[in-house]
Amino acid sequence: MATVAAEMKKTKYDRQLRIWGEQGQTALENANICLLNCGPTGSEALKNLVLGGIGSITVVDGSKVEIHDLGNNFLLDEDKLGQPKAKCVCSFLLELNDAVKAKFVEEAPEDLIENNPSFFAEFTLVIATQLMETSLIKLDKICREANIMLVIARSYGLTGMVRISMKEHTIIESKPDHFLDDLRLHNPWPELIEFSKTIDLSVTDPVIHKHTPYVVILINLAEKWAKEHDGCLPSTRQEKRDFKDFIKAHMLNMDEENYKEALEASFKVSISRGISSDLLQIVNDSATEVDSKSSDFWVLVAALKEFIENEGDGEPPLEGSIPDMTSSTECYVILQKIYQAKAESDCLAMEQRVKNILKRVGRDPDAISKAYVKNFCKNARKITICRYRHIEDEFTSPCLPELQKCLNDEDYSYAVGFYILLRAVDRFAANCNRLPGIFDSGLNEEISRLKLIAVGILSELGLNGPTLSEDLVTEMCRFGGAELHPVAAFIGGVASQEVIKLVTKQFVPLKGTFMFNGIDHKSQVLVL
Amino acid sequence: MADVSSDPGRWRDVDKLLARPGNIVGQDFEPSPTLREDIGEIARVLVVGAGGLGCELLKDLALSGFKNIDVIDMDTIEVSNLNRQFLFRLQDVGKSKAEVAAERVMKRISGVNITPHFCRIEDKDIDFYNDFNIIVLGLDSIDARSYINSVACGFLEYDTDDKPLPETIKPIVDGGTEGFKGHARVILPGRTPCFECNIWLFPPQVKFPLCTLAETPRTAAHCIEYAHLIKWGEVHHGKDFDADDPEHMQWVYSQALKRAELFGITGVTYSLTQGVVKNIIPAIASTNAIISAACALEALKIVSGCSKTLCNYFTYNGTEGTHIKVTDFVRDTDCLVCGPGTLVELDTSTTLLQFIILLGEHPNIHLSKASVTCRGKNLYMQSPPVLEEMTRSNLQLPLFDLMGKVAKDVIHASGTSEKNDKKTSCLRKLRVVFKGVADGITSMDTTDGS
Repeated sequence: MATVAAEMKKTKYDRQLRIWGEQGQTALENANICLLNCGPTGSEALKNLVLGGIGSITVVDGSKVEIHDLGNNFLLDEDKLGQPKAKCVCSFLLELNDAVKAKFVEEAPEDLIENNPSFFAEFTLVIATQLMETSLIKLDKICREANIMLVIARSYGLTGMVRISMKEHTIIESKPDHFLDDLRLHNPWPELIEFSKTIDLSVTDPVIHKHTPYVVILINLAEKWAKEHDGCLPSTRQEKRDFKDFIKAHMLNMDEENYKEALEASFKVSISRGISSDLLQIVNDSATEVDSKSSDFWVLVAALKEFIENEGDGEPPLEGSIPDMTSSTECYVILQKIYQAKAESDCLAMEQRVKNILKRVGRDPDAISKAYVKNFCKNARKITICRYRHIEDEFTSPCLPELQKCLNDEDYSYAVGFYILLRAVDRFAANCNRLPGIFDSGLNEEISRLKLIAVGILSELGLNGPTLSEDLVTEMCRFGGAELHPVAAFIGGVASQEVIKLVTKQFVPLKGTFMFNGIDHKSQVLVL
Repeated sequence: MADVSSDPGRWRDVDKLLARPGNIVGQDFEPSPTLREDIGEIARVLVVGAGGLGCELLKDLALSGFKNIDVIDMDTIEVSNLNRQFLFRLQDVGKSKAEVAAERVMKRISGVNITPHFCRIEDKDIDFYNDFNIIVLGLDSIDARSYINSVACGFLEYDTDDKPLPETIKPIVDGGTEGFKGHARVILPGRTPCFECNIWLFPPQVKFPLCTLAETPRTAAHCIEYAHLIKWGEVHHGKDFDADDPEHMQWVYSQALKRAELFGITGVTYSLTQGVVKNIIPAIASTNAIISAACALEALKIVSGCSKTLCNYFTYNGTEGTHIKVTDFVRDTDCLVCGPGTLVELDTSTTLLQFIILLGEHPNIHLSKASVTCRGKNLYMQSPPVLEEMTRSNLQLPLFDLMGKVAKDVIHASGTSEKNDKKTSCLRKLRVVFKGVADGITSMDTTDGS
C-alpha cells in the first residue's frame, strides 16, 4: 500500500522532480512557510507552493472576506463573505493538496510584527505581501535576528515588486543554463594524456578514424602543436586559426563529425589555467577563515581554497562528467572512467582536507557527509553566494551610482520610477492614513501631493537632477491601490519561484529588487 | 443576498484601471465606469489549451472582467498534471480538461460563462475561430501554435495598398513555459510578426543519428531510443508503440537497460525512459502562473486599451535571478502566412481539381489533400464524408465560375504540408488572379482618377 502511494506521489510531482530532484522535493516538504496577508498576491504565491507539495503553511490575515475580494482572489468565493479571510484561503489550499499542513492566524500582520516577534521563530521562510515600509523594516530585523528567510512581494496597479532579504544564501547547485564543460584540455593530467597516446590519429581505417572522440584528437594534436612551437599552446588569434587548420589537415574527409566537433571545441585547449574571477572572489572571502560556528558550506570553501593551492595546482576538483561526443562506445566509456577516476581522487583529497579543518575548529571530523562533499566537488566551479542588504539600509542609503544610472536609462525609466513611487505611496499613506487615488474625486490634488512626496524622497537621497515622469505619477494615482488579479498572479508567481529556489538551495535567487512594469513589461532588477 | 455577480463593488480594483483616464494608455482607450461591463458583454475570448497555462488563463481572464470565454482542449486529465493544473483533483483523472476546467471556474466566479470544447483544434470549422475577438494560447506544441496562427492570419485582409484592414486583425496572445523559463508574445497579424515570421525562435528538436543508436551508443538516452525506435519495430511487427501504455513503456525500459549493460553504459532509469520517449518538458506551477498572468494582462490591454501593449516578445528566465527581456521583433514581409497571400495566376478554365493538384506542386505552397473555401463558402471539403460528397461535384467545375466570375479574390486552402519529413496541418491564404479578365474598380494595375 505504501508503495502505491509513493508511486502516485512520484507521478504527481514528475514534472517538477525533473527540475529539482528528490532532494529538492524533500527540502520543500520539510519547509514551514508563513504568509502575511492573503490578498490575491499572497494567495497566488501560496497556491503555487501548495501545488508543488510545500510542507507546512501558516496564513496570517486579520481581515474578513469582502465583496471586492471576490473580484480579484480566486481562492475566495461568495459563500465566504464575512468570514475570516485567512481561514477561507487555508481551506481552499487544503483542497488543492491535502498533504500540506495548513494553519491560519486571524490577526493583522502589523500587530504581530509589533507585539509578538517570537511568533516568527518557527518558520523556515516568511512571505510578506502588501506590507508598508515601516512594518517591513521591523519584520526584516526580526527575521535576520532569527535566521529566517524573508521574501517580500507587493502588487500595486500595473506595478509591483519582489525582494529577498536575508544575511546570506549559499548555493552549491546553482545549475546555470550555460556553463563550459570541465574537460581540462588546456591542462590534462597524466592518465588522460597516457590514454590519448594509445590512439593513433594517423590510422587509415576510416571507421576507426571517424570514431575517435574529439577529446583524444585535441589532446594529441595540442601536444604535437606544442612540440613544434617551443612547448606553447595556441594563444593568439592567428595561432588559434592555425591550430584549426592543423586539425583540418588530419581529417580524412570533410564529413567526419568527430573532427568537426574538435574544430568547434579547439578553443578549449587555449583556456587559461586557474579559476574564474567569481570563484576567486568566493575563496578569498573572509568567511573562509572558518571556526566552529561556520556553516558546512564555508568549511567546504575553506577546503576548496586549500585544494586549489595544493594538489589542485591552481584548479578546482574535476567535475567528472563529460558531454556526449562522436565516438565508438568503447572509447567513450573508457574516457568516462578516466574522468570519473580523477574526480573521485580529487574528491578524496577534499574529504581529507574537510576532516582536517573540522578537527582544527573543534568539530567532529565526520560531521560533514561524503555525499555533501561529493556534490560540492561536482559543482565546485559553480558555487554561488547571495548577500542582501538590510531593507532599512537600502531605503536610507541606496547605492546612488546605480540608482542614478537607472534614472538616466530609458529602459529602466518606468521600473525605477515605480520604485520611487511605491515608496512615495507608503509615505503618503503614513501621512494621510489612506492610499493616493482611492476615491474618484480630487485626483488632481492627489497627483500633485504624491509627486511632491516622490521628489522629496529623491532630494533626501541627494538626487536633485532627475525628475520623475508626470505621467507615471498620474498612473500611480489612477491605480488607487488596486490589486489587479493578473498582476497579483504574476508577482505571486515570481515570489513562489524565489521561495522554491531558496528552500531547495538550487538555482540562483533574485539578487536585488525585482520591479514589475506591467505597462510595456520592461521589468528590471534594481540592485540598490 | 443581492446578486454578487452584478454588484459593482466586486470589481472595485479592475474598475480603477478601466474607468479612469491615464496618459500611458492605448490609442483607442475610452475609460468609462461601464467599460468592464461592455467588455464582459461584447468580447469573446478563446483559450486554446486547458493545461498548465490554460487553467491559469481561465482564472486570470475571468478575474479581469471577461465573461464570454471558450476553451478548447482534446486532452484528458492525468495524475502528472496535478502539481500545477490547479483546477483539477485526483478524482478528475480521465475526464476532459476543458470540461472540468470550465466547470470549476464558473462555479467559483459567478457571472462568467465558459464553454468547453473537448476536441482537436483541427476539428472545428475555420468560422468557429472567427467568432472570437481574441485568441489566447496556452499550448506546448509548435504544430498547434502554427495551426492557430495560420487560422487567425487567414482572416486577415489587405486593402489595395497592401495595408492590413484593422477590422480583420485577429489578435493572438501566446505563452509557453519550460521549467523556470517562459515566454509571452502578442501577435497582431499584419502589424507584428506572426508565429511563422519568427519560427526560428523554436528550433526543431535534435534527433540522434540512427547509426549512433544502432552501432555506437554512448549515453542512456541512446539506449532508450534504440529500444523505442529500432528494437520495438523489430520485435512487434506491425504493432504501434503507444507511449501511454505502461506495458509498452516498461518493455522499452527493460530493453534499454539490457542494451546499456551490454555496452557498459550507466544511467538508464524508468523516469529517464519516459522523459526521452515522450519528450517530457519539465513544468511547474509558478512559471505557468507568471506567463499566464502576463498573457491575460495583455489580452485585457488589447481589448480595453487601458495601457500600452507588449511589443512584442517577452521572455522570463528564473534560473539565475529573475531576468526579463522584451524584444521588438520585425515582421517577415514575405511571410506566407501573415503576408497578403501567395499570388496564384490561373486561367479561367482551370477546374477546382486542377487547382487542388497545383497546390500540391506549387513550390511555395506544397499543400496536399487541400480543402478549399472562398468567402466562407465550402468549395471542396476532404472531410467529413458528408461534406466531401456534397462538394465533390464542384471538382470538375472551373474555379472561376465557383468564385463568382470575379477577376481576383482570396481563397483559403487547408491541408497537410510536409516539412523536414513531418506532416503538419496548415492553412494557406492565396490570392487568386484570373488571366485576361478585366478588373473593375479595385484594379491595382491602373492608377485611379486620371
